Amino acid sequence: MPFWACVAGTLMIACERRNTAIPVHFGYGRTATEKEIATKAIAIRPDGKGLPAGSGTVQNGALIYAAKCASCHGTTGVEGPYNILVAPDTVDAPPFDQAPKRVKAIGNYWPYATTIFDYVRRAMPFNAPGSLSDNEVYSVTAWLLHANKLIGADAVINAKTLPGIVMPARRYYVTDSRKGGDGPYE
Amino acid sequence: MSQKMTRRRLLLGGAATAAVALVKSSFGKMVQTGIPETAFDPTKQVGPLPGVLGTRSPFEHPQRKPSLTSSQTPLQDLYGMITPSDLHFERHHAGVPAIDPNSYELMIHGMVDRPTVFSLADLKRFPSVSRICFIECSGNFRKPDKESITPQDICGLTSQSEWTGVMLSTLFREVGVNPKATWFLAEGSDAAVMTRSIPVSKGWEDAMIVYAQNGEAIRPQQGYPARLLLPGWEGNTSVKWIRRIELSDGPFMTREETSKYTEPVKDGKIRQFSFTMDARSIITYPAYPAQLEKGWVEIRGLAWSGRGKIRQVEVSTDAGKTWNAARLQEPVLDKAHTYFRYLWQWNGDTTAIMSRAIDETGYVQPGLQELIAARGIGTGYHLNPVTAWLIKRDGQVVYSPEKWK
Repeated sequence: MPFWACVAGTLMIACERRNTAIPVHFGYGRTATEKEIATKAIAIRPDGKGLPAGSGTVQNGALIYAAKCASCHGTTGVEGPYNILVAPDTVDAPPFDQAPKRVKAIGNYWPYATTIFDYVRRAMPFNAPGSLSDNEVYSVTAWLLHANKLIGADAVINAKTLPGIVMPARRYYVTDSRKGGDGPYE
Repeated sequence: MSQKMTRRRLLLGGAATAAVALVKSSFGKMVQTGIPETAFDPTKQVGPLPGVLGTRSPFEHPQRKPSLTSSQTPLQDLYGMITPSDLHFERHHAGVPAIDPNSYELMIHGMVDRPTVFSLADLKRFPSVSRICFIECSGNFRKPDKESITPQDICGLTSQSEWTGVMLSTLFREVGVNPKATWFLAEGSDAAVMTRSIPVSKGWEDAMIVYAQNGEAIRPQQGYPARLLLPGWEGNTSVKWIRRIELSDGPFMTREETSKYTEPVKDGKIRQFSFTMDARSIITYPAYPAQLEKGWVEIRGLAWSGRGKIRQVEVSTDAGKTWNAARLQEPVLDKAHTYFRYLWQWNGDTTAIMSRAIDETGYVQPGLQELIAARGIGTGYHLNPVTAWLIKRDGQVVYSPEKWK
């Protein structure tokens, strides 16, 4: 290789190095507007952040449940054929790790009541997801909580009351601690 | 003779017809046809000319096994570490959405300096990365209930692809993630609008937003036009059809991370956020419904770990009494299916063969009883036990049922 080519090559490499330093910002994409964030950010946190205005009752929930949910989940939430939703926690129930057949449902397995609102609003009914109004979702949530013996028949569910409901299963939840390696199996 | 039998003989060859030829139908489509054996000699007839898409040989029929909620990869029909894209397992919660790539958007917001919306074209402009890794559903297990089940039935909810896309860390820098953000929500645009909460640390470590699978655009069943990819973590967290990422200072406690994808463990506890897939392996040949003949047999299979590379695979051909190292096929990659082989001479005696994976952390794949002892009989997800195949005296290979107790 002639000397000049070598020098030119070195210069080009040096040049390239400068150009390939990774920028912090590429400037791709567009700024999300407050409005579209408000429309799309539908997730509800366990502290209730994200819950919309409106409210629901057990009575209204019973009507909506019978019309739009019962065909999959059963008249009282225990018949199926799809996910069983009602199973109140009981003191004498065997612990889940010893009872493979024990039904897992809202009353005995769900750790947060806010999850019911979030999930029903985004994904239910299965054949018409996202079709319920916020008030209807509050009412279905109320009916499900009542059927699982977590609230009274005249309770009103809204952004204030829902996060305050203590779910019996919450105390059983632990965060994964498996680490691999040659320790005991967890 | 039933209709099915007639067709089978036509396709696979019987006494009357033995050969199959590829011919072009009047519509220009390639079709197969049975022809008398004596009449067919591929060296005496010009075959089909180049076409727009390749096809499988009409003699090969690898198929996924669908249920209402998932379809499993036919592990026993594959020879390598990559799963052909059309055989990648499927699991979704409300069907496969049809998404127009031209209107696709990914919004990243919450605890960030610059809430931003990226089009698919935007995502593709960023520096890209490719990596090979497995995706496995944490429900990838079948209770050992009967002999006549295949590797596909036992653990067909794991598949491997080469994925290409942008590192999530690149996008995190682009939007300026607040250092106080500890979790992010990943949300899909399927009819379940599926969501999972993910620690931000995984986002900085090796998470990606991928738009290509095995060199072409991701398949709809795997998240077209873009999905989250969390190498080594339970498949459900690699949210498909991803439309939104919300940075937050805590988990959202979505349905999929509370009432599903959690498992009962000792002392009545329920384990949550069990992200990492423990090391596992399975012999894919010989396995049910294979039929063995005496003599040399190359035992083959797959091993993988969500914690890193596979360090070793051990094979036992005497029902677990002794173990020998299998040969690992290079490349052995991080959080990836690794193909292993072990040459063995079967003398015709009844025995059981099995494999166990050891990963680079030193974790040794457990037996079913060890898992049950550690977690209780009511446990659920993340079961990765050693799988044994029983070889009967007549050469029949069957799944070795083990009591769930």
